[in-house]
Amino acid sequence: MTATLTVDGLKVAIGAANVLRGASLEVQPGEVRGLVGESGAGKSMLGRAVLGLLPSNATITSGRIAFEGRDLLAMAEAERRGLLGRRIALIPQDPMTSLNPVKRIGAQIGNLLRHHLDLSKRAALARAAELLTEVAIREPERVLALYPHEISGGMRQRVLIAMAFACDPALVIADEPTTALDVTVQRQVLQLVERLRLRYGSAVLFVTHDLGVVAKICRSMTVLHAGRVLEEGETANVLTRPRHAYTRALLAATPRADRPAEALRPVPPALIEQLWSEAYRLDDVAVVGAA
Amino acid sequence: MRWGELIRRFVLIPPTLFGVAVIVFVLLRVVPGDPIAMMIPPGASEADIGRLRALYGLDQPILQQFATWLGQVASGDFGRSISVRQNVLELLLARLPATIELALLATMIAVLFGVFAALIGILLRGRRAEWIVDGGIGMLLAIPDFLWALILLLLFGVLIPLLPISGRIDPEIDLSLRSNFYLIESVLTGRFDIAFALLHHMILPALALALPFAALVARLLKASLAEAEDQDYAQIARARGYSRPDILLHEVFPNALIPTVALGGVQVTLLLGGTVLVERIFSYEGIGNMAIDAVINRDFPLIQGLVLTFAVLFIALNLVVDLVVTMLDPRLRHG
Ligand SMILES: Nc1ncnc2c1ncn2[C@@H]1O[C@H](COP(=O)(O)OP(=O)(O)OP(=O)(O)O)[C@@H](O)[C@H]1O
Ligand SMILES: [Mg+2]
Repeated sequence: MTATLTVDGLKVAIGAANVLRGASLEVQPGEVRGLVGESGAGKSMLGRAVLGLLPSNATITSGRIAFEGRDLLAMAEAERRGLLGRRIALIPQDPMTSLNPVKRIGAQIGNLLRHHLDLSKRAALARAAELLTEVAIREPERVLALYPHEISGGMRQRVLIAMAFACDPALVIADEPTTALDVTVQRQVLQLVERLRLRYGSAVLFVTHDLGVVAKICRSMTVLHAGRVLEEGETANVLTRPRHAYTRALLAATPRADRPAEALRPVPPALIEQLWSEAYRLDDVAVVGAA
Repeated sequence: MRWGELIRRFVLIPPTLFGVAVIVFVLLRVVPGDPIAMMIPPGASEADIGRLRALYGLDQPILQQFATWLGQVASGDFGRSISVRQNVLELLLARLPATIELALLATMIAVLFGVFAALIGILLRGRRAEWIVDGGIGMLLAIPDFLWALILLLLFGVLIPLLPISGRIDPEIDLSLRSNFYLIESVLTGRFDIAFALLHHMILPALALALPFAALVARLLKASLAEAEDQDYAQIARARGYSRPDILLHEVFPNALIPTVALGGVQVTLLLGGTVLVERIFSYEGIGNMAIDAVINRDFPLIQGLVLTFAVLFIALNLVVDLVVTMLDPRLRHG
């Protein structure tokens, strides 16, 4: 089986700084992989490299990025643009700045659909309304006519999730999609991502600081440190039997209710199982309407 | 701009105009030189001068003069011009359309050039050729409109005499138009021969006014485009498979337009101010040209009328700019 995403020995430099120093990872079809590491480890750079969003002063000095076996770095610009937004999608970090402030929600989703799929204006809007329903937004027709500033942050993130899954992607890269949201909304957003990726069969590369989130929704995980992969594997294995001191330190730094933050104790498998099953109780996703 | 704000702005117009009126009125009478001194023949007797002063009410105390004038203005009477000996309001209404048409044409040219230059500049962003665009814009900005007027006049009027260098239209052309908006009316009524003859005369002064303003528009818009392109929503559009020209046009441009219109629109007042010298240089019969004569002749009623006219134009312009910005920015529309 071809991996959905293969990153192989990726090196990225910004000026004299090597932000990725030979990072490798694979995401299999339908897999949800957590990408964790401290701030500055290079998680976002890795995601951005896949999406072609590296800052203009960054250069890929070596390595390979392949999507479904096809080399993204070597392929023609037009071919890559055909994949981006359609087969490879993004859920951005900050819903407040990620929508165009002067365009209606309907126009933003509709344009994306028409850009990648051969749809009429009317069909695109109908599909957009359907997508909003899928992310549990009430009165979708009304929301389509609104501007981003007229809806809440949680709603905006739902819109962005709808846009990520709009064209049936094989891979969704989510870069800390919940850090800008408050805790209750965070949970709903995670459940939505979970629901939609199951529906569309998409693989997800989930970038996060939050090991709790990883334990909940990621089957596998990759630990990045200073631009290199330290450890990777099944989430349950990595979290319960971390092989690397750095991973143990990360675990220790994650506050949990059942122990003080500093104790270097592996997460009990029972807890992970509990978190894991909780993530699949998806029927309690709240339905929201425009404020 | 919401309704409340709009009403507030309208309520503020009369006091603003009143303030302007006070300032001009007092300044004119405090600064040395008066219209009588300009019109009397050499050797006139003190008694004659006194009689003339009395005739124009200049022998009264300033406060008294102001009250009289204000009362007249309130009833639509701006008095008689001392130097031209005609009704000031009629003079203004006859000349104002010429200036408005010139300013509109100049603004259109400037926006066309400015937007084009900004788009070229942003497409070249980060490349060496970007410096050529920035340099060109800087150069255009550094030369003021009246200097452009002289350069253009020498270039296309004298050196290569392609275009007429004075007036609004050839006197022998039979206009027989109903309004004083010659260009607008001739275009609307399909009399393109006249429109063409008018444009022939207007193009040089309009260019002189337009070039520095075009540079201003280009610089503002290019900076706004660059800023908007760095925003998250524009970056994310790249990851959705849109090409850069697509993103610049559809995502970035509508956003960049807002600060450009807000900051640049108000600068049209500079262009209007520029008509004074440029109209003079091209002997164009607008209110700018008239203002210079009025000042030379210390024609108090005419100067007062002209200043109020410019003030009304500036206020109207600011209102229009605010309305356009509100139309462009949904965040302002809904509060
Ligand atoms: N535009 C930039 N110019 C220069 N260096 C940058 C730029 N963006 C990021 N870096 C550097 O690249 C490195 C990796 O950054 P990256 O954003 O990938 O970290 P991260 O793992 O996503 O961190 P965080 O958890 O804080 O988001 C960091 O050392 C950072 O300082
Ligand atoms: Mg990051």
